[in-house]
Amino acid sequence: MELWNLYQNNYLIVFVFLCLGVILPVVALFLGKLLRPYKPYDTKYTTYESGIEPFHDSRVQFNVRYYIFALMFVIFDVETVFLYPWAVAYEKLGIFALIEMLIFVFMLVIGLVYAWKKKVLKWI
Amino acid sequence: MVEELLYSEAGLLNFGIFFLLATVLLLVVLGFVTYAILAERKVMGFMQLRHGPNQVGGRWGLLQTVADVLKLLLKEDTIPKLADRPLFILAPVIAFAPAFMVLATIPFTDKLQFADIGVGLLYYIAISGLTTVGIVTGAWASNNKYALLGGMRAAAQMISYEIPLVMSVLGIILLTGSLNLNEIVEAQKNGWFIIWQPIAFTVFLIASTAELNRVPFDLPEAESELVAGFHVEYSGFRWAFFMLAEYVYFFAMASLTTVLFLGGWLPLPFLDFIPGAVWFALKFTAVIFILVWFRVTFPRLRADQLMEFGWKVLLPVALANIFLTALLKEWLNIF
Repeated sequence: MELWNLYQNNYLIVFVFLCLGVILPVVALFLGKLLRPYKPYDTKYTTYESGIEPFHDSRVQFNVRYYIFALMFVIFDVETVFLYPWAVAYEKLGIFALIEMLIFVFMLVIGLVYAWKKKVLKWI
Repeated sequence: MVEELLYSEAGLLNFGIFFLLATVLLLVVLGFVTYAILAERKVMGFMQLRHGPNQVGGRWGLLQTVADVLKLLLKEDTIPKLADRPLFILAPVIAFAPAFMVLATIPFTDKLQFADIGVGLLYYIAISGLTTVGIVTGAWASNNKYALLGGMRAAAQMISYEIPLVMSVLGIILLTGSLNLNEIVEAQKNGWFIIWQPIAFTVFLIASTAELNRVPFDLPEAESELVAGFHVEYSGFRWAFFMLAEYVYFFAMASLTTVLFLGGWLPLPFLDFIPGAVWFALKFTAVIFILVWFRVTFPRLRADQLMEFGWKVLLPVALANIFLTALLKEWLNIF
């Protein structure tokens, strides 16, 4: 029961930090609203583009490279999901798990090498 | 007293007390940010053979940052007409909240710390990734070409360097067998992990600089090409919150480096009469200084160099380090 309380309290602290992290910007911006001037005119609210009139839509289509890097990220992030519990429990699992993990990582490294050879990792 | 509180039933009273204590930490962190900015400017000034701030608040410019913050508070707040208003307002909050949240698990000394959760390290890594969401949100909501470019760069950079960062820490987890930051510090009683894990430390330091978006990896806000990157449309205090988030991460990352590699509050041998808090502060300051030193020393990387370095150098090295560590551990077990 005591440990359960300890557990709850620790996550309560995390929640407190979340609250504070949200409250500070809200309060500061609200206080700022009372202090700062408000003198609007049209040109102030145009989009900045180094002094020229903004042209075209700024939400342009992006290079597919970002997408491929995101895919690579997902692959290796999932790998870390497996590596973390393995590392924590390594004492108990021993050499057998080490070899298994080596095989697993080796397969992912093959993927990395493939991406490398296909020039996916090259950023243009 | 706090001990009892932690074992008592979680309720509103506990919430209130934790809230007050966390507010104190928040104020300390804000004080740190104020003087970290000043210290950074001063150190950079000395390294570049100039004076740095020396007008407001005496010869050392001690009130310079305070004056800057007050100025920002009095600045008019403009939101471009074409911007996505709700997201534009929400973005600084999304960027800032995780920056403060990660501080919850960091043990400053064996007594002075907030949440002592079992998955402390994982918590830090998971939460710290969220700030990028705030940056991308802000960049997209600005409806500005520079901002969008900066935001996309921030996302690409974050996902590329998150992996080496996460992998480099695995060596430590292997040696400790725990994700709890307290246990990681305790495990360093016979040698800090910077000695046992020099490769991991190097990878971690580089990747953390990239995660902090600091020079030489400050592409998301490269002044000379993207004007200011993702926060180009932000002004006044909204902008200040992006900056604040950056410097709170500076604090958090320096603390984490201290805890993971430099033995946290543990003293050097024969010097254990000096209290742990002082040791932590010393190591922490050293890490901060190194990061400032980086900023003055290195030129900014190109985007392609940045990505290739992350994937082709740091990731294989970090992966190799994991297995080197496992072998080291096996080898130690034999003897």
